[in-house]
Amino acid sequence: MSKADKAWDPGNPDRLYIVTKGCEDSNKAMVRLDLVTLIVARTETDPGLQPEHGTIVRMCDYPLSVAEISAYLTLPVSTVTVLLTDLLTRGLVEARPPARVAALPDVCLLEAVMHGLQNL
Amino acid sequence: MDYKTSDPHAGPRREDILPATTAAAVKVVVVGGFGVGKTTMVGTVSEIRPLTTEETMTQAGVGVDDVAGVEQKIETTVAMDFGRISINEQLVLYLFGTPGQERFWFLWDGLFEGALGAVVLLDTRRLEVSYEVVGILEERGVPFVVAVNAFPGAPVHPVSELRAAMDLPDCVPIFTCDARDRASCRDALMTLMRYLYDRAHKTPEPQ
Ligand SMILES: Nc1nc2c(ncn2[C@@H]2O[C@H](COP(=O)(O)OP(=O)(O)O)[C@@H](O)[C@H]2O)c(=O)[nH]1
Ligand SMILES: [Mg+2]
Repeated sequence: MSKADKAWDPGNPDRLYIVTKGCEDSNKAMVRLDLVTLIVARTETDPGLQPEHGTIVRMCDYPLSVAEISAYLTLPVSTVTVLLTDLLTRGLVEARPPARVAALPDVCLLEAVMHGLQNL
Repeated sequence: MDYKTSDPHAGPRREDILPATTAAAVKVVVVGGFGVGKTTMVGTVSEIRPLTTEETMTQAGVGVDDVAGVEQKIETTVAMDFGRISINEQLVLYLFGTPGQERFWFLWDGLFEGALGAVVLLDTRRLEVSYEVVGILEERGVPFVVAVNAFPGAPVHPVSELRAAMDLPDCVPIFTCDARDRASCRDALMTLMRYLYDRAHKTPEPQ
C-alpha cells in the first residue's frame, strides 16, 4: 500500500488534508475522491472565489457527498473532482473518506447499517 | 475548462442537509437491465428526493485510423440515480441505481470500487440480461443478492428454478421483492447486509 492510500484510512480526514497540503503545486492526482467521499467547507465562502468554487464552498456548509455536489451543480463527476481537488489543495474544504470496505467489511460497520435499516 | 453557468444557490433543501457529525459514507449499488425497477427502488427507500449524477465515458471508437495515428474517441454521458439513507449521526448510506446500458456501468470505475455490495434486480422477462449482470459482478468480486421483481404478466418461476437458471451458488440469497414497497426494499438491503455479515464471520480474519 502506498503512502497516498494510507491517507484514506477512515477516521483520518486530517491526514488527507496534510497530504494534499504538502504537495500543493506538485501531485494533485494524490487526491482520490469517491462518489461518496463527504466534502465539508472549512471556511465561509469568499467573494474572490471562482463562481463554481464559491457555490461548492457554500453548499458544503454541512457534509455533502461528491455525487450530491455533482447532482446539484449538474456537472459530471470528473469535472466536480477537478473543482474539489483545487479546493482541497487550497485547504478551503475537507474530505471525509468513505468507510473503508475491504474484501470483508468490518462486522461493526455492518451491524450499524443493519440497525439503521431497521428504523427505516 | 468550460462550465455551465451554475446557480450560485444550488445545494440541498433544508430537510436534505446531513448533520455536521456525519463522518463517513458507504454505498450500495442496484443493478439490472432497463426497466427492471432500479429507479423505483432508489426512490422508494431514499430519505431525500432522488438525485441524478452523471459521468462522461470515453471509449475507443471503431474504425481506428492507423495511418493518421489518430484514435477515434467516443464520448457518452451516462446518468445515474441515487438516494440516501441516514444510518446514524456518523454514518450515511448511498444507494446508486446503475444506468440502463450495462456496457456503460462497468466502465464507471468508481462505481463498484469500495461498495459494500449490490442488489441485482432480476427481470424474469429477460433472464439473459440478469445473467450477464451477475457475471460482471462475480468477475469484479462484488458481493450481491438477487431480488426478483414481480411484474404483472411476467413468467413466474419458483426461486429454486431461477437459482439454477442463473447458476447462482447456494449461499447467494435470492428472494422476491416489490421495488415500489418500502418494507420490501428495506428487506432486500437487510438481506444483503446479513449476507455480508455471514461472510465476514465465516472467513477467518487475516491477522
Ligand atoms: N409490478 C411492479 N412494477 C414495478 C416494480 N418496480 C418498478 N416497476 C415499474 O416498472 C417501470 C420501470 O421501473 P424503473 O424503476 O424506471 O426501472 P429502471 O429502468 O430499472 O430504473 C415503472 O413503471 C415502475 O413503476 C415492481 O417491483 N413491481
Ligand atoms: Mg432508471
